[in-house]
Amino acid sequence: MSKSSDLMGWIDARFPLTKMWEEHLSKYYAPKNFNFWYFFGSLALLVLVIQIVTGIFLTMQYKPDGATAFASVEYIMRDVDWGWLIRYLHSTGASAFFIVVYLHMFRGLMYGSYQKPRELIWLFGMFIFLALMAEAFMGYLLPWGQMSYWGAQVIISLFGAIPVIGDDITLWIRGDFVISDATLNRFFALHVIAVPLILIMLVVMHILALHEVGSNNPDGIDIKKNKDENGIPLDGIPFHPYYSVKDIVGVVVFLMLFSVVVFFMPEMNGYFLEHANFVPANPFKTPEHIAPVWYFTPFYAILRAVPDKLIGVIGMFAAIIVLFLLPWFDRGKVRSIRYRSGAFKGLLIMFIISFIGLGYLGALPATEGRTLFARIFTIGYFGYFIGLWFISKNEKTKPVPERVTS
Amino acid sequence: MKKSLILLAGVLFPVMGWASGGGAMYPNDDISIDWSDKAAMQRGAALFSNYCLSCHSAGYSRYNRVGKDLGISDELMSENLIFTTDKYGEKTKVGSLMKVNMTGEYAEQAFGTAPPDLSLIARSRGTHWLYNYLRGFYLDDTRPMGVNNGVFPAVGMPHVLAELEGLKTAKKEMQDDGHGGQHEVIVGFEQVTQGSMTAEEYDQAVKDLVAFLDYLAEPYKETRQNVGTGVLIFLFFFLILAYLLKKEYWKDVH
Repeated sequence: MSKSSDLMGWIDARFPLTKMWEEHLSKYYAPKNFNFWYFFGSLALLVLVIQIVTGIFLTMQYKPDGATAFASVEYIMRDVDWGWLIRYLHSTGASAFFIVVYLHMFRGLMYGSYQKPRELIWLFGMFIFLALMAEAFMGYLLPWGQMSYWGAQVIISLFGAIPVIGDDITLWIRGDFVISDATLNRFFALHVIAVPLILIMLVVMHILALHEVGSNNPDGIDIKKNKDENGIPLDGIPFHPYYSVKDIVGVVVFLMLFSVVVFFMPEMNGYFLEHANFVPANPFKTPEHIAPVWYFTPFYAILRAVPDKLIGVIGMFAAIIVLFLLPWFDRGKVRSIRYRSGAFKGLLIMFIISFIGLGYLGALPATEGRTLFARIFTIGYFGYFIGLWFISKNEKTKPVPERVTS
Repeated sequence: MKKSLILLAGVLFPVMGWASGGGAMYPNDDISIDWSDKAAMQRGAALFSNYCLSCHSAGYSRYNRVGKDLGISDELMSENLIFTTDKYGEKTKVGSLMKVNMTGEYAEQAFGTAPPDLSLIARSRGTHWLYNYLRGFYLDDTRPMGVNNGVFPAVGMPHVLAELEGLKTAKKEMQDDGHGGQHEVIVGFEQVTQGSMTAEEYDQAVKDLVAFLDYLAEPYKETRQNVGTGVLIFLFFFLILAYLLKKEYWKDVH
């Protein structure tokens, strides 16, 4: 026996290293027909790592203090060696996280990855999405610019719409009567410790649940139905090395696009870093136009589309809750869009147009015409879930193949 | 799939630009900044420290960093561009942040509002806005400083560069606002007194100043783009290797 296998033996007798390696990588059999849409899971993991590593370095110089926070960010940008790079990686990473996660979720919608038996994977994923929104929201306050301040002010005040206890809740969240140093400090604590811990834990659960039932695929069929004499799925290939080497290609392409933003357009025309956020927070001066960062705009547009504030807030939260319940709205037996009905395809297209339309409108100041469109898109957004519930019961689907198609 | 990608690109890449508040601005001319023209930025730095830096700070920036980036030696910087003293009454050191000695309270009394720090003004307002703002002052008796601005109406700032530009009056006209009403807009300026510069020279001076402000807002911009080019070239070659590796492994998957 060689030295290295001796060492592995010693470890394996004490810790299931080889077992875990095999279960999750070298003997985890994934369908061989993954397409473009299957890059975004591993990319989300990559962005999480980027955010954690750059975040650690940012905390070494950042000061969570209302009087010095803004200046400390500029100190990082100007006086800390490579500080601008670390900060741009982190600020671009936040937007990249949402792009990747939205595409990852859309993949799930298209191929029915949330359907039985993957409901828990979907639920863990939705909790990740929720944690990510909290993480991004609290992180956005930290640079302590005008948009940080007033964006947080607007969002926290939404809780004030809750009857009876609303005002007490907003007070409790802020720790003060307005957004202040107290708010900044607690958001910092939650952003760098609490929420990241929850996120990492949820990601582990998401992956464990996935590896328990196995990955779905663009055909939406169960590869475990057809196994060879060794019990290995005929349409499965070991994740490592096949998908690990394939994902490297995806990672490099992603990093190229990511680098274009980080190095050549870190503000992304005001979408990733808003212009007003280069002005220090000023509690006495409201900016002309308060827009949330782009990844929140679809939900913000739903909020504004409803005339009543409380119902608007309920609508906004309902938009996220219906996503949680998606596995139960869809009563279909066929998973993939490839074999589902025209009605399903129509609904999904309607959903995507509504979501993107809401996102676009949410970034702009409201006008009468825009509000009308926002209302139509809001109906389109919720219509997807309701429509799905109706059409999926007795859906006219195409025959599903026995084996995966390439 | 292609369709959804196009849709996605549509939502990610519309131009948001700077919120101008919908108000019409006059003048409204375009400016392009040449980052390789360090001489223009040096001239801008001189204008900045002579005309701006007594009321406005650039408090996130250091004198010697500006000197290093724009090719101005510490001695030259100290002799010609630093006019403030530190708390011991000695000349401000070149390694210091570019702060002003005027207190916020005094500034508020003098101008109604404290002049903002200018370190990041080119990122919050944009160079287009700045270029037009600095060329937009005109005589207006109703304002405490005697001047108003076609880009930033009722601004508290006096026309600091008047000795260079001279003074102008605004020609105004009533125009339809598109909602059935009418509002007054500036359609042109008329020179009343001459400054030390011609109109062309003044535009060029403002351009230099804005180029400097653009530099000041993101002094590491050139480094950022240079590093970015290297990173992209590296990733491009890495992509070829990664693709070949994937192809090699996947040739036995059918």
